[in-house]
Amino acid sequence: MARASGPKPVLSERARAERRLGLLLCAPAVAVMLLVTAYPIGYAVVLSLQEKDLRFPGEGGFVGLANYVTVLTSELWWTALFNTVVIAVVSVAIELVLGLALAMVMHRAIFGRGVARTAVLIPYGIVTVVAAFAWFYAFDPSAGFVNGLPFVDDDKAWFGERFSSMVVIVMAEVWKTTPFMALLLLAGLTTIDESLYEAAKVDGANAWQRFTRITLPLMRPAILVALLFRTLEAFRVFDSIFVMTRGAQDTESVSILGYNQLISRLNLGLGSTVSVLLFVLVVAIAVVFTRGLGTQAPGREV
Amino acid sequence: MRSTGREKLFWTVGLAAVLISALTPVLWLLMLSFKTPATVGDGRLVPAQWTLDNYTTLFEGGLDSPLLRPLINSILIALIATSIAIVLASFTAYAIARLEFPGRRAILAGALAIAMFPPISTVGPLFDMWRALHIYDTYLGLIIPYLTFALPLAIYILVAFFREIPFDLEEAAQVDGATPFQAFRKVIVPLAAPGMFTAAILVFIFCWNDFVFSISLTSSDASRTVPAAIAFFTGESQFTAPTGNIAAAAILVTIPIIVFVLIFQRRIVAGLTSGAVKG
Repeated sequence: MARASGPKPVLSERARAERRLGLLLCAPAVAVMLLVTAYPIGYAVVLSLQEKDLRFPGEGGFVGLANYVTVLTSELWWTALFNTVVIAVVSVAIELVLGLALAMVMHRAIFGRGVARTAVLIPYGIVTVVAAFAWFYAFDPSAGFVNGLPFVDDDKAWFGERFSSMVVIVMAEVWKTTPFMALLLLAGLTTIDESLYEAAKVDGANAWQRFTRITLPLMRPAILVALLFRTLEAFRVFDSIFVMTRGAQDTESVSILGYNQLISRLNLGLGSTVSVLLFVLVVAIAVVFTRGLGTQAPGREV
Repeated sequence: MRSTGREKLFWTVGLAAVLISALTPVLWLLMLSFKTPATVGDGRLVPAQWTLDNYTTLFEGGLDSPLLRPLINSILIALIATSIAIVLASFTAYAIARLEFPGRRAILAGALAIAMFPPISTVGPLFDMWRALHIYDTYLGLIIPYLTFALPLAIYILVAFFREIPFDLEEAAQVDGATPFQAFRKVIVPLAAPGMFTAAILVFIFCWNDFVFSISLTSSDASRTVPAAIAFFTGESQFTAPTGNIAAAAILVTIPIIVFVLIFQRRIVAGLTSGAVKG
């Protein structure tokens, strides 16, 4: 390590030492991240161009885009993609509304603000698999209480058909991740200058007008960041579906499809194709959102 | 802002709704974990017969029990991954927040991109690589993938914290003859300790929560973590669904996290929101 002993008048040497130190300090973390993301993604692309099934180790080889053709012409893929999009869009939309309401409660509640903040952190902290089991059992016709509620058919087998399974999956996702959305939105809320509301009140704006004319426009960056984070997370939905249906009743998500091909069927070629396609989709979503965010994108303030 | 009575009622109802919706599923699971096999299907919230059997059977047989080994695995793997992530991330975050060097913007953007990444996209290649390297179904085989997803999160939080620390202190130390590294270790690290702690909590929760890697890169209780172990629980015989045991195990992995969250809720909120939303 370069010694910059004492107040050195020569700035260039110091600047060079700083450069070296900066790169040196970043090197280990960057190396690990490249090793376990960039390299595997590259490897996944290579695998996706091969016929590679671990149950038949002797066979296979380079097959070009054949796996992509197989995946993109299969109904399984389109069903999984449709489910993933539906789950992501519906759950994120519900979460935005609930999250905004929750953020307002945490921001404005006269008492119990701390209680509210603590309570919403419980769903956030709970292991997703555990949350999924809680919802699974609640809706389970034999162990659950939902079928005992008024207006609910006592014999309803929630996981016996596609639509109701999806409803429960979305509910579980919403319950688990709304707090995260709410906290990001709360951070945006606290940056709004209170005097704006006072002025609007004096000018005769009612609560709804104050919300739509002051709160929403000023929270645009916070809302976009929260939507970006949550959409990308929702797009890789896995745990809840794995616990509740394992993809039965046509409820597979893209991640579940990839897992089933890779780990259950040991077909690394087809599974990697699904993984690569999911990766491309996630990148595309991120690009679209970042365009919308413009200069407010996280990481730009450096 | 002064509140009217109507507004007060409105926010109180809102608060009550928040509490009920946040706590009901957890309460339900807790009650389920105390039910006997005979009453598990009665659909009542409060158990008709209370029992602790669901908990005790989880630990019967010591290390061969359904839960003990996965629990030890979860704790050790999450702790090791968190420690390494925090050390490496604090180097990186310090460099990004304080030093002038090419590529720091790219590193931060890259880290953010990795945080957004679908884990399943790396699972296939890692599965193949880990088997070739003989670290499939080992601690190391899980710690390494956890690091990649923990590092961006930690870097992001720590960059935000490091920026809050006044620059002058460190310059003063350097003027007094400290090298940049000494300035970092003696001045910045103590001031950044709360931030590091916050990042550590969030990273730990993250590792504790992982499911995709754990079910894909392990095959036995040698390294399987609790979420994966719970998902693969089987009953004592194929005719008994392990509902009560799963509920009990679910409660056991939840309690430490809830205690954590209750104690450190301020820090967690600060950490979650610090890097993400600025103005």
